Amino acid sequence: MNTSDLKKLLDGISVNADWIGLREVRESTSYRIIRDDKPQANHRDETHGIMVEVLVDGQFGYYGVNSADPAMIQMAAEKAAEQAKLASKFAVHRFTEEVRPMAKGVYRSPFEKYTDAISPGDLNDLLLKACAQLKVSDKVISRTALARIVETQLAYVSTNGSDVDQKFLIISSDYTATAQDGPIIQKRTDHGLLARSYQMGMEMFDEADVMIRSRKIAEQAVELLSAEECPTGKMSMVLAPDQMMLQIHESVGHALEIDRILGDERNYAGWSFVRLNDFGKLKYGSDIMNITYDPTIPNQHASYAFDDGGMAAKKEFIIKNGLLLRGLGGKESQVRSDVQGVANFRASSWNRAPIDRMANLNLEPGDSSFDEIIGSVDRGVYMESNRSWSIDDYRNKFQFGCEYGKLIENGKLTKTVKNPNYRAITTPFWNSLKMVGNPDTFEVFGTPYCGKGEPNQVIRVGHASPVALFENIEIFGGA
Amino acid sequence: MENLFYKISEHVFGLLKEGEKLTLSFGGEESQFIRFNGAKVRQTGFVKDAGIGVELIFNNRKNNGGITFTGDLETDVTNTTAELKRMRDEIVQLPEDPYIIMPGNAGSSREDHRGELLSESDAVEKLLSPFVGVDMAGIWASGRLYRGNANSEGQKHWFATDTFSLDYSLITPSEKMVKATFAGTRWNDDDYNRFVADSIKKLDIMSLPPKKIEPGEYRTFIASSGVSNFLGMFSWGGVSEAAIQQGESAFCKMRNENLTLSPLFSFSEDFRTGTVPRFNGHGEVAPEILSLIDKGKLVNTLISSRTAREYNKESNFASGGEGLRSAVMAGGTLKEEDVLKTLGTGVYLSNLHYLNWSDQIGGRITGMTRYACFWVEDGKIVAPIENMRFDDSLYRFFGPNLEAVTEQVLMNPEVETYEGRALGGIHSPGILLSSFSLTL
Repeated sequence: MNTSDLKKLLDGISVNADWIGLREVRESTSYRIIRDDKPQANHRDETHGIMVEVLVDGQFGYYGVNSADPAMIQMAAEKAAEQAKLASKFAVHRFTEEVRPMAKGVYRSPFEKYTDAISPGDLNDLLLKACAQLKVSDKVISRTALARIVETQLAYVSTNGSDVDQKFLIISSDYTATAQDGPIIQKRTDHGLLARSYQMGMEMFDEADVMIRSRKIAEQAVELLSAEECPTGKMSMVLAPDQMMLQIHESVGHALEIDRILGDERNYAGWSFVRLNDFGKLKYGSDIMNITYDPTIPNQHASYAFDDGGMAAKKEFIIKNGLLLRGLGGKESQVRSDVQGVANFRASSWNRAPIDRMANLNLEPGDSSFDEIIGSVDRGVYMESNRSWSIDDYRNKFQFGCEYGKLIENGKLTKTVKNPNYRAITTPFWNSLKMVGNPDTFEVFGTPYCGKGEPNQVIRVGHASPVALFENIEIFGGA
Repeated sequence: MENLFYKISEHVFGLLKEGEKLTLSFGGEESQFIRFNGAKVRQTGFVKDAGIGVELIFNNRKNNGGITFTGDLETDVTNTTAELKRMRDEIVQLPEDPYIIMPGNAGSSREDHRGELLSESDAVEKLLSPFVGVDMAGIWASGRLYRGNANSEGQKHWFATDTFSLDYSLITPSEKMVKATFAGTRWNDDDYNRFVADSIKKLDIMSLPPKKIEPGEYRTFIASSGVSNFLGMFSWGGVSEAAIQQGESAFCKMRNENLTLSPLFSFSEDFRTGTVPRFNGHGEVAPEILSLIDKGKLVNTLISSRTAREYNKESNFASGGEGLRSAVMAGGTLKEEDVLKTLGTGVYLSNLHYLNWSDQIGGRITGMTRYACFWVEDGKIVAPIENMRFDDSLYRFFGPNLEAVTEQVLMNPEVETYEGRALGGIHSPGILLSSFSLTL
């Protein structure tokens, strides 16, 4: 359905409401997985439906319906309006049309090769080759090569004139090797679980690149079998961009979602140590910490032109020189909190109402080269690729683990170490940020699996970062 | 819904060509959701969603698809037929799969549980009425859930049930919290009001000044809800036979090194609870009870038919992901009224939060304490504690450090809604540990 058909559906609705919006989503997700040289999955799922949202007496009501039939849309609008009216007496906030600004525009993911550039058979063949490449040793006991292709069409129209047409093409890949030597088992992936998720096309699957990646991953899995355990103690820590992704996501992004700060999430993911009066005052990190909400980086996972409330997306500094400036909240959160936000009011699909999500949240590059950062460390650990994450409901006490580590001794990377973990508390941690890598160390990653909300929603986010050095961190190894 | 699904199934089975096998699965919901914050309505609405999964097998190849079910027979037949064509075009390009499970016909089943749900129009007012002067955040989910399965060999399964749940947190002005879930299939006003009143009473003790405790080893009692979080982790690189075979399970040590856990620890998959269908995505029916750990010894793992074929095992008709669907941990002898006295001095943890493997192969789990967690001295609750991070191994807390298990086993309903409203829950007792590692 195009937006003109959706407008016809909107025009056909007859309910007593102050505002009505229709958001149609059609999304297909394909997985191609080869494990141990055999096909594990060739799976394509499609979901299609329309979220009917109405505003009555200052309260929104919604009905997500798996049909584009005009009678069903009318039924959905009536039920949503009735529910909104019943709830309006007990509303958290009396909203107006102001929180659904008129939006008009088009967005298309950038890509070079569309999905039909590689047939399902050829993609399976490539993954079979990658899987074979992962067998660098008899010690490799399990190998997986994975491709994930998502196409999303999102159309949005409203009674105050919104007309938005956004199409996304998202590709993820991963190559994994698990190696075993007696009781020791180690696994290496391509930068962490589906961290290589981008808005791009089938150019992701360049055979030469896939083969190089696969070989390195498998060699490092085997290398970890004979590695020493990560040392225990307080020392310097250098995080690669693929771990900074998780670090930014958990200890900055979720903590700054305004709906969390307002308490919406207290029964599920939790609250936040950040309070509304911290904006403009809280020294979140050291002077070299600069965090942006940035929908402008080509190919980053969660770029778009408008959020699902119709707010136009543009780059904003969230934290500048370590000072907290702005929250992650769409129009509803902004009017509830009187805090400046960004266009991140997003729903996971047609069957969920939008809430504040992260989108692209990045650490801006600094001016130190990788060698300068490593060279400045007497004793520490360099860590790559997230494998374990846990943080408290206020986003304070976290513990994260990585797949691969290297000791840093006297300014040089020396031995490989296995099971590197660290734990810390959010603002002391970010205030211990001592050096930030220059643009040469800056890398872009993302994840399709950010969970939040009641009812639950899993959504895609993007995080880009340079390499970063933190001082005096509690580091430890495995069991 | 059931009739529509079977009509669509009959139509597409009639389109099959020689050598083709087809399995259709169905999942759907009609749900009312109300999200609360500050004992007021934050968001509210309805979701009507359903999907048909399609598995086509042809010439030793397998292809899977999934489409949205609209409820209009003509549209759904057209869409399913188109999906079959897409899969046929693709399947000839795919590599051969040596572990394909051909659909069979071991008999059909039908369960339709009718409940008594709170009327949609009364829900907001009735749900909020007992929360006067109390800060509450939570989610109401109510309505009908559907699961179905049919294959080209004539096997059919259908499961439908009405369920509701109000999963909520109560919050004191000093931000201490109590968690509760009122869930069931038959709504009763009096039961609800009594349940909420009981949970509100628990806030009193949370108003005591909190105690900050230092990282270290503590005698610890973990209540049923927290124990269910540990058991839930076993669905993620634990009880799966494939995960053990592929070196991605915390249970590898039990299999490969013959490690055992405490004789006080037993748990099983037990479908006698009746809250989830026994059939999986292939329509295979799991045994009514399957012991997984018996008195500390790993006696079974969850084995799907695909895993069975790959590793030459016998299938116990686990789901494709080999996760727990109806976990029940056996109770022990510790009576509820003796818990605090037996704990003596230590920490009492009602709920845990955000668990993850910190060393999966080592069996180590990290997470946070959350909600009603207390410092106990000489058998008496002294104060709520500030939230603490734990990092400990299942080989310790379900091993030598497991001192006692409560007699009472409680149902912890599954309230997750990521892929639609979930069914079932985890039955677990509380556990008393001689030592538990709090780290931050």
